Amino acid sequence: MNRQRPESPTSKVDAMFRIPCPYCGERAETEFIYGGQTHLARPEPSERVSDREWAEYLFYRDNPKGLHFERWQHHFGCRQWFNMARHTVSHEIVAVYRMDEARPDIEPEETV
Amino acid sequence: MSLSQPFRLDSGGRIARDRPLSFTFNGKRLSGYHGDTLAAALLANGVRVVGRSFKFHRPRGILGAGAEECNALVTVGHGALAEPNVRATLQPLYDGLTAHSQNCWPSVTCDIGRSLDYLHFFWPAGFYNKTFIWPHWHWYEGFIRRLSGLGKLPSENDPDQYIHRNIHCDVLVVGSGPAGLAAALAAGERARRVIVVEQDGELGGSLLWTDTRVDGESGWVWLEETVRKLKQQDNVTLLTSTTASAWFEHNMVIAVEQVNDRRITGEDAGPRQRLWKIHAREIVLATGALEQPLVFANNDRPGIMLASALQQYCGRYAVAPGTRIVIAANNDGAYAVADAIINAGIDVVAVIDSRQKPAHKSVRAMHEQGITVFQNAIALDCSGDKGVQSVSVAKRGSLESMATLQCDCVAMAGGWQPAVHLFTQARGSLRYDSNLGAFVPDAVPPHVHVAGMVTGELRLDHALEQGWIAGYNRPRAGSGDESSFRRTSEASADNRPRARPDGDGALRMERVWCEHHSARQWIDFQHDVTLRDIDIAVAENYTSVEHLKRYTTTGMAVDQGKTANLNALLALAERSGRDPGELGMTTFRPFYLPVTLGALPGRNLGDFYSAVQHSPLADCQVQANALVDDYGRWRRPRVYLRNGENEQQAIAREAVAARTSVVIFDGSPLGKIEVRGPDAAEFLSRLYINNVASLNVGRARYGLMLNENGIIIDDGVFARLGEEHYLVHTTSGGAARIYNWMEALLQGDWPDLDVILTPVTAQWANIAVSGPHARELLGRLETGIDLGNQALPHMAVTCSVIEDVPVRILRVSFTGELCYEINVPADCGAALWNCLLRLGDDLQVAPIGVETLMVLRIEKGYLHVGSDTDGYTTPVDIGWGHVADGKQGEFLGKRSLGRTFNLGHGRLEFVGLTPAQQGGVLRAGAHVIDADYQGAPAPTQGYVTSACYSPNLQRYAGLGLVRDGRSRLGEEVKVYDDGEVHAAVISAPVAWDPEGERLHA
Repeated sequence: MNRQRPESPTSKVDAMFRIPCPYCGERAETEFIYGGQTHLARPEPSERVSDREWAEYLFYRDNPKGLHFERWQHHFGCRQWFNMARHTVSHEIVAVYRMDEARPDIEPEETV
Repeated sequence: MSLSQPFRLDSGGRIARDRPLSFTFNGKRLSGYHGDTLAAALLANGVRVVGRSFKFHRPRGILGAGAEECNALVTVGHGALAEPNVRATLQPLYDGLTAHSQNCWPSVTCDIGRSLDYLHFFWPAGFYNKTFIWPHWHWYEGFIRRLSGLGKLPSENDPDQYIHRNIHCDVLVVGSGPAGLAAALAAGERARRVIVVEQDGELGGSLLWTDTRVDGESGWVWLEETVRKLKQQDNVTLLTSTTASAWFEHNMVIAVEQVNDRRITGEDAGPRQRLWKIHAREIVLATGALEQPLVFANNDRPGIMLASALQQYCGRYAVAPGTRIVIAANNDGAYAVADAIINAGIDVVAVIDSRQKPAHKSVRAMHEQGITVFQNAIALDCSGDKGVQSVSVAKRGSLESMATLQCDCVAMAGGWQPAVHLFTQARGSLRYDSNLGAFVPDAVPPHVHVAGMVTGELRLDHALEQGWIAGYNRPRAGSGDESSFRRTSEASADNRPRARPDGDGALRMERVWCEHHSARQWIDFQHDVTLRDIDIAVAENYTSVEHLKRYTTTGMAVDQGKTANLNALLALAERSGRDPGELGMTTFRPFYLPVTLGALPGRNLGDFYSAVQHSPLADCQVQANALVDDYGRWRRPRVYLRNGENEQQAIAREAVAARTSVVIFDGSPLGKIEVRGPDAAEFLSRLYINNVASLNVGRARYGLMLNENGIIIDDGVFARLGEEHYLVHTTSGGAARIYNWMEALLQGDWPDLDVILTPVTAQWANIAVSGPHARELLGRLETGIDLGNQALPHMAVTCSVIEDVPVRILRVSFTGELCYEINVPADCGAALWNCLLRLGDDLQVAPIGVETLMVLRIEKGYLHVGSDTDGYTTPVDIGWGHVADGKQGEFLGKRSLGRTFNLGHGRLEFVGLTPAQQGGVLRAGAHVIDADYQGAPAPTQGYVTSACYSPNLQRYAGLGLVRDGRSRLGEEVKVYDDGEVHAAVISAPVAWDPEGERLHA
């Protein structure tokens, strides 16, 4: 039984059943909580925000069949929030990145 | 022993003949062998009638040999351990097993409910929906529920234990037939962790009962060798008696393992079932296929079974389900079964093949054995109430019997439906395969692979190859529409198991419906749905499969249509002139097989159901005879009972003591969050509607927090302990929520703020010392801290260290009296508590509970977020609009306070409510209505949010949310309280000490 085994098939980011926390590495999804759409800029100051602008910030959200950019927290772990680009149909996790990082330039075509 | 098992074959099978077992069925003592299922043992003993059907109470026998069984549902065990609706075909036999038939009275062989069957013409599909609607369904429900149905649940709690296990693997193989084993062998070579789950107690699938050759050896020899090989590999885990029942996102599969199926109880019994949560990178579904019955008149009689089941009973259990067998078929598969039965030494009377031209070779082989083959003919009808006695044969398209065959068993070879349940749960799509006459996998989702009969593949050599490729998990070439089980030469390896080609893999099936037959032809055995019911549904235009299912109830109940869906769907397609592929299948949802309820919570029951939080002073509370109750997750004292008091008397005593002498209250559950850093003030300023910047070190302020909709989500006192150090108090129930919220804001929205949060709720014990004598009692502690109004006025805080113990004293009050909240490290709390009780003995110091505190704060008109506010309440509504208006700078919710909705008239505003008459009553939850109320219905003007009898005011006191309430002070209204109507006056919230002088005493 000394035969060397090839590498395990997947250790890429698309391992869907585990979420790759940017701080801790891959962990089970049950350790995480979901925080909704990310990259929402709060319009300020209040005095200069129209009703429409405010309503859009409060209530309007993307609902794509495809890539969705969202927040997750490694709640039962390092408690850090981070961003994730996830495909809403396949649940493929295309990217994870820190809260202070810019939204990556991912073309939806590449991921479907 | 075999004398008592008249239908046991003399040789063969995989049973242990040297291990006889004894069991009872309906009270009768019977015997079987180790390795039998209950169904096999019943057949060996000649038991034909096992249960009664759901609706018509028809006698029913055993139809299948595995998960597809729809008739032989029995109750195993008794008392608390009884389990209803057990498939006899899945229950391994053990010594002392007791089983009973269900849905029959007085007995399974003589059932009064059978009268329903003779009146069947009155109970077609849709009958309930049309008939039992007047006057109301509930009028009939009890009676109908007693008559129809399945087993009865035991009334006792389940004494068994169930546990959960999480496990990860690279490759999960579901099913251990030839394809599954080939996949396991391949995966075992390549993957680090492989799990094979098999529903049966034994690995092998169809190898266990078919006569095959793999790698030049007999199937059983190859199986033994393969299992030995897999067991030696430490990267392969074999789970038998484990049913993979559900697929969830990210390839998580729920599988239930029968660990202690004999239901041994007691200390050492261990868990009865283990629920596996298997997280797999790749899944190979080798789930096989389920044979489908034929549709002919009275095809539900005991003794009529699936051909594959018959083969399994003969080959695996050495049981002859009959002595004279008729095989009815619509495909090539029947002839292999016929061979197997003949080889087992059982008489085959005839083969009825509905096809016009069955394969010449097969027919000739039968003729050589002296067996009649009726070609282009169908089984027309059969006789025999408690067991089939004869079958009549007719030419296809004719209703005229051309022969009657005496027999005691009919085998139905009606084609196969691949077990695509997990595959479709995993979002694989299906297509209709006309060769197979069934639905097979089409587009295979990523990280899922299919192999063997589940793909519609009938050839063993192909199944082995598919399994090997799937287990080897080659990356798929091209895009997603290429199925992963494509046979490519590239994937072949030296170790791949091989078999000689067996036939061309074609089934050549022709499905035939016997039209215009007056007798009933069963589609769904378990739910008593017949071909006629499908006709009715079509006639009433229920032409979608989902509608058909719900109208006729076909495919419902325990078996979820494992032997019914396909026939129902094909009948519908044929009758509505559509292609089955266009109609599609009904959706398969978890679970593939029913899961014992106890397995789902596992150990998360009783004390383990949810976490309980205890105060560090819990022991002190018990010593003081606290009446403890649940407040959220906290266990807290309602009141402390003395000398036979009831709760109301205790509240009255404690509430008066709080205003006349001195009381202590355990406030440890109060949420405490420390906020530090250069930007701490800025951070809190964005959270509170209050001015934070103007708060000096050593001072505290009551603050409100809003969400972005402008709604109050929490309140509490925040204190400035140092230049860059704040202590935030939240409500006891809001501690975790507010901390998480703050954390999300800091990390996600304001990462530029330099702030550190530390939740310290559990680190500090908090004891509130309250009442006119509070300062005197605290003074006796000799802390050296100046407690006077000058040094420590109301809303001030002081920190100190006394004998190495850090102490924080806040002069804040939720009682309306002079009050000091003393915070000490949690493990010092009990000492402080006992010390206060001892030092205050002569002051009659008394502990008070949460209910008393509620009385005191209602008297004082103090708001309780969540009780006196709802999901619409803004600071304006509670009279704090001026605070928000005066606030400089941005804070959460600010913009929403200016929304039209929040500014409009008719808002529910926070006010006090006072009974208009002496002795008037107020209760929380009562609705405020107009003063000229005459009778219901009346528009509500708001409601009483908190109310109590106030021992200090000697009357009821209430708080409420009333429409435009703050501009209606002094107005008399009515309060509607569950039928009673009381008069009340809208007042200011505060009723006790409106000037607040006592706070500054």
